[in-house]
Amino acid sequence: MTEVVVTGLGATTPLGGDVASTWEALVAGRSGVHLLEHEWAQELPCRIAAELAVEPSEVLPRVRLRRLDRSEQIALVAAQQAWDDAGLNDDLDKERLGVVFGSGIGGALTLLAQDDILEQSGPRKVSPFTVPMLMPNGPAAVVGLEFGAQAGVHAPTSACATSAEAISAGADMIRLGRADVVVAGGAEAVIGGLPMAGFSSMKAMSTRNDDPTHASRPWDRDRDGFVMGEGSGALILERRDHAEARGARIYAVVAGSGLTSDGYDIVQPDPECRGGGRAMAAAIKQAGIDPKEIGHVNAHATSTPVGDMAEIKGIKRVVGDHVVLTATKSMTGHLLGGAGAVESIAAILAIVEGVIPPTINLENPDPGLDLDVAANEARKVDLNAALNTAFGFGGHNAALLFTKA
Amino acid sequence: MALSRDEIREGMSDILEEVAGVNPDDVADEKSFTDDLDVDSLAMVEVVVAAEEKFGVKIPDDQVANLKTVGDAVSYIEKG
Repeated sequence: MTEVVVTGLGATTPLGGDVASTWEALVAGRSGVHLLEHEWAQELPCRIAAELAVEPSEVLPRVRLRRLDRSEQIALVAAQQAWDDAGLNDDLDKERLGVVFGSGIGGALTLLAQDDILEQSGPRKVSPFTVPMLMPNGPAAVVGLEFGAQAGVHAPTSACATSAEAISAGADMIRLGRADVVVAGGAEAVIGGLPMAGFSSMKAMSTRNDDPTHASRPWDRDRDGFVMGEGSGALILERRDHAEARGARIYAVVAGSGLTSDGYDIVQPDPECRGGGRAMAAAIKQAGIDPKEIGHVNAHATSTPVGDMAEIKGIKRVVGDHVVLTATKSMTGHLLGGAGAVESIAAILAIVEGVIPPTINLENPDPGLDLDVAANEARKVDLNAALNTAFGFGGHNAALLFTKA
Repeated sequence: MALSRDEIREGMSDILEEVAGVNPDDVADEKSFTDDLDVDSLAMVEVVVAAEEKFGVKIPDDQVANLKTVGDAVSYIEKG
């Protein structure tokens, strides 16, 4: 079967404006969460979030910024980094270049801002860029246009599983012979009053407002919900022989992916993680490896009471009790549609660098946590394979298995 | 007091720079919005709305198509 490899990485996150600074902060165990000073946040039950470390306005030209939703801005920033990192240029056959880039929610901040303009100033003042800014395929379209991709531009939308699903779909494009190179990933930027109030009304968010850096605490006994983050991750996926022919650096192999659905509840995770477990099993089956070879799982673990422990059951049942886990959301917050891509980058770098970033704030592990976690300090370990999981509202499950180049 | 053509052109130049990133040095009466200044149809909508606000004029949609150059727009706004 066609082998798909990763040849470029890009990211802008609450920990850094690129992959190197994000990785350095992850390994050091730094939290990107802080108290929100914005006026709109002051009445919210949750007033903490992990905002971007580097504003897109520091990177993109002003007129470009005006015409892009924040999610599109950061998609472009991450994708450009990945493109440059992979050493790609206009010599590439654009009819063989695809994009799969998702967003969980889309341009919600644009929708809200333009609705304010409509209410206050009337329809004529609504920006002519409103629709391309708020459409959920916007980040994919913007990335596709930037590089002239003509093999197909796709925008999966599966809430917090979005960008993991995008990587899976991107690898499939290459395996099915539809593209040689795919820019895959996701972006999310919805730190604002309405999205945060909505998640808060579901009681899904932490209210540890007096202690922001300790609020995201996956698997800890005292976890009380997720902390919202914003960010984007992008990967260049490439057919192995195409990458080798141009002498590209290969970070890792996308050895397998699994996508399943729970058929259980619109927001509640299946407490037995049956669908999540089937996604992991499908990724392992496609890779054709023994689960014992998987040394590490970058878990979805969002710091919610039910979801964290359900996933533990799935990992133990399908992968085994030998793996070292981590939950990088303890530092980045939950990047929603950007989570799968940024966490896949962390899993890939764990293989490349031989270091698993810590899960910070794991002070009193949940009594049900009976797997090894890289708690509070990075763990040095030789890895041949690492798994990333991502689950989304709607019962979407994704698992991606990366192996050593 | 009515604005002079130069004052209107300068105001248009500010708008074009703000919404479409046009270099003020490139703005002159004979320049076409689409062909010379790279102001596409969506950006033109923004330019028109900003010009209405700045100069206190109404530019109906059926008139916008006639405003092909900076000079056309300056003349339209000058007539009020």
